[in-house]
Amino acid sequence: MDWYPLLNSLRIAGLASVIVFFAGILTAYYVIRLPRLIKGILDVILTLPLVLPPTVVGWLLLLAVGANHPLGAFLSEIGMPLVMRWQGGVLAAAVVAFPLMYRTARGAFASFDETLAQSARTLGLSNTYIFWRIRLPVCRQGILAGMVLAFARALGEYGATSMLIGYTPGRTATISTTVYQLWRTNQDGAAMTWVFINIAISAAVLVTLNLLEKRRSPVR
Amino acid sequence: MSLEVQIRRKLGSFELAIDLEHQEGSTAILGASGSGKSVTLQAIAGVLRPDAGRIVLNGRVLFDSSRHIDLPPQQRHVGFLFQNYALFPNMTVLDNVACGAPRGLTRRQRLALAADWIRTMQLDGFESRYPRHLSGGQQQRTALARALIGQPEILMLDEPFSALDAQLREQLIPELRKLLDTWEKDALLVTHSRDEAYELCSTMAVLDNGRLVRYGPVQEVFDNPQTMAAAALTGCKNVTPACKAGPHTVFVPDWGIHLETARAVEDHLKGVGIRAHYFSPGIAVNAFPVEIVEEVEEPFAWILKFRYAGQSPESPAIWWRLSKDRQRTSRRDTAVLGVEPHDVLLLYT
Repeated sequence: MDWYPLLNSLRIAGLASVIVFFAGILTAYYVIRLPRLIKGILDVILTLPLVLPPTVVGWLLLLAVGANHPLGAFLSEIGMPLVMRWQGGVLAAAVVAFPLMYRTARGAFASFDETLAQSARTLGLSNTYIFWRIRLPVCRQGILAGMVLAFARALGEYGATSMLIGYTPGRTATISTTVYQLWRTNQDGAAMTWVFINIAISAAVLVTLNLLEKRRSPVR
Repeated sequence: MSLEVQIRRKLGSFELAIDLEHQEGSTAILGASGSGKSVTLQAIAGVLRPDAGRIVLNGRVLFDSSRHIDLPPQQRHVGFLFQNYALFPNMTVLDNVACGAPRGLTRRQRLALAADWIRTMQLDGFESRYPRHLSGGQQQRTALARALIGQPEILMLDEPFSALDAQLREQLIPELRKLLDTWEKDALLVTHSRDEAYELCSTMAVLDNGRLVRYGPVQEVFDNPQTMAAAALTGCKNVTPACKAGPHTVFVPDWGIHLETARAVEDHLKGVGIRAHYFSPGIAVNAFPVEIVEEVEEPFAWILKFRYAGQSPESPAIWWRLSKDRQRTSRRDTAVLGVEPHDVLLLYT
């Protein structure tokens, strides 16, 4: 059996989660400080990928990084084309999973007790230290939960991924695109194997999430 | 040692306009909630930015809106004890205290210094506990150690006892007093409790509705609050409008009486205050017929509410606090009450 789809899916979801982790918490951290109106507008824009059909997201991504467009042309020029490459799958998964991380991180930051940051500042601690060593650890339950949700969403990404990187066995195939392809070509037995693998991974992720939730005891 | 604070800050209809010059020692900032006392501390610490003004600590300009100086809290060298102590829940007691250690030390030196402070604050054995596993008093000592380890130039305490129950408070106030005495640096204490102010500080600043209405040595402020707000905040139950009637006489329209005073009355008198325990049937001056209308028994005193014979009906009943001492009866039958002239507080704003 060819294990490439599993490897590729984990690679794409893993990298996308790392990107989304940093992008999500930093965006959440800065958006929460903005004036109300701008915050409301940005919030809608940043959450859109969650509610838009993935094919619409895929379409917009093709517009942005397709070879006929300046950014896509530039990426090809420097040897990093994204269309029809597994790397493009990272982009698709990251964009679709981003709102989950962003929104959970925002919720966690909103409930953070600002006097902790204020007292840290009067103690002479730098803002960077406060962010990484106090704010994030104190909010870690919420942020970990967001991370797990984002990883699960990235792993299950199908629509935007198939539009952006298609299905090439051994090059761009992921679990979800493989299941579709196997079903389409009447290989139900092989499709079933991947379905079970996918269910196993998703269940593991959800168990992890529940364990994290359970440990979310009151912090103080 | 000195602190100069002139700050303005508008928040909706509330306007804070504080001019305060703190000299050597410890100053209590007394005010009701919403009087702007916490905001003042936060502005000094730099965690809140005033609209305009100037803050100078020991000759060092921390904030000056006209010269665009606004030092970040990290560079102000002020110790700040937050109302909820703001201990970092993800760090042990030792790490929390080490966080406040001066910059430029190695991690090993910081931990060693923190261990010293933990001993000083009698927290031995709690080094590796997390804040949520500490009692209120231990949390307060941890926060104090963390605030003091960096050798701040001034220690600011924001309602340090509000999170504790009454019994613990009584026990911790003398401890804090001792600490402030041995520490020998300036301290600012924000509180709404006149007892804490009295027991912990040598000087008192009374804030009312965003203004400084009285500043002076604690005893002097209690003896002669000078303003209606300061009288009420120092616990004077009976404050009422009054006007000058002679060099040492005031007329109190709501009570329908004239009172002799020891202090000379100035023309712009606005009111008088008489503390509830100043009344006595044995005093012959300022003595007027009264009618007791209500009686409240406290553990160690009776509160007898009375009205003067000529008192206007809208004016609230006057409080007379009679210590029980060894007497058993409440003196409900009292018909005449007097007040010493030097106990009539003259209030000007």
